[in-house]
Amino acid sequence: MSEHHLDARRILCPLPVIRTQNAVQDLQPGDILTVVCTDPGTVSDIPTWSRINGHKVLNINKDNDEITIVIEVNGVAS
Amino acid sequence: MPKTDAIYTPKAVSLISGGLDSMLATKAVIDQGVHVEGINFFTGFCVEGHTHAIRKKDQAKPKRNNALWVAEQLGIKLHIIDVIEPYKKVVMNPKHGYGANLNPCLDCKGFMVGKAYEWLQQNDFDFIITGEVMGQRPMSQRRDTFPIIERESGAKDLLLRPLCAKKLPATLPEREGWVDRDKLYDFHGRSRKPQMALAAQFGIEEYAQPAGGCCFLTDAAYSSKLSDLWQNRGSKEYELDDIMLLKVGRHLRPREHFKIIISREEGETKFMQGYRKEFTHLYPTSHGGPLALIDGDAKEDDLQLAAQLLARYSQGRDASEVTINIGFMNGETKSLQVKPLLKEEIPDAWYL
Repeated sequence: MSEHHLDARRILCPLPVIRTQNAVQDLQPGDILTVVCTDPGTVSDIPTWSRINGHKVLNINKDNDEITIVIEVNGVAS
Repeated sequence: MPKTDAIYTPKAVSLISGGLDSMLATKAVIDQGVHVEGINFFTGFCVEGHTHAIRKKDQAKPKRNNALWVAEQLGIKLHIIDVIEPYKKVVMNPKHGYGANLNPCLDCKGFMVGKAYEWLQQNDFDFIITGEVMGQRPMSQRRDTFPIIERESGAKDLLLRPLCAKKLPATLPEREGWVDRDKLYDFHGRSRKPQMALAAQFGIEEYAQPAGGCCFLTDAAYSSKLSDLWQNRGSKEYELDDIMLLKVGRHLRPREHFKIIISREEGETKFMQGYRKEFTHLYPTSHGGPLALIDGDAKEDDLQLAAQLLARYSQGRDASEVTINIGFMNGETKSLQVKPLLKEEIPDAWYL
């Protein structure tokens, strides 16, 4: 298991989803990806994308204008 | 397993826009036991999400991506593909021309089906699904334009249009028995009633507004700003930031060699603040007010005019003097005291 970070700030949906999708393609099951975003739409879109693709969202944190979403690759979708 | 084997599960990739038609077309094929995955293309001109995310007044609206939402409702995967770069040639030089605005709908459909066909080949899928309905759209969804899409995309008879399949020659998935033609549909024309009825039959109660309003290129005001951009640059080349900025703010061109973009509300101001390093920018300091970006080569007297224009849109519009700060791309700043322009001093022709 390894941890990875993705800066998806200042880009608007669906680009944060696309960047997340592309980043996950290079990861292994069990890897953790932390995505930092500023588009409020990511709170809905990245978890939806994760659910339909079988990844698990471990945590979503909103701090002022930044949204941090932690995903476990191919984790059991919640 | 041979694809002709009786127990082979065929695989289809479906173009999911987030609207009702592609949802129904996909559902019709899923229900026949086909393994379907969705594909959605991001061109940069998609209305989806962006303006809602930018404008504060729209932030109460659901901020979901409808294509993702549809995929989840259908229980399928969705692949969102960034086609910003290859799509440029479709917008800049459409072989079949533009529609009422700068919408190259026929070229666009051929391009997207072509991209889906590439994906199909890379992923060993068997056919493509679209939600097209014959006669629904004046440019791209006509009996005489369907074969153009099939030919120019390269998909040929791998392209299945479940909602109007019975009006068309049988495609390979129908001939192979991967889908039962009798269970497909014969919708045609602009009426939405058959789709509404089918949605009810499928138990689909919630869906986004029908497609067509999903692309900024179909919007007259947006097309006018894009046309101005091209004309003043002397080229149709563009970057993603260019087309994003056309979605926000008031755009005025007081002189041929520069344009001013003035935010209309807090959300736009915040969004435009991200561009301060790439543009000379102005904002009032003596009064509350918007942010302005200057696109072009503004000289000193142009900046004076831009400051007066911005002051007009500030809370100091009725004041005798407003202080405007100017930030340059090299990091230098400068302050101007200006008299706000009167409404009648701003010709309509300046508004793009």
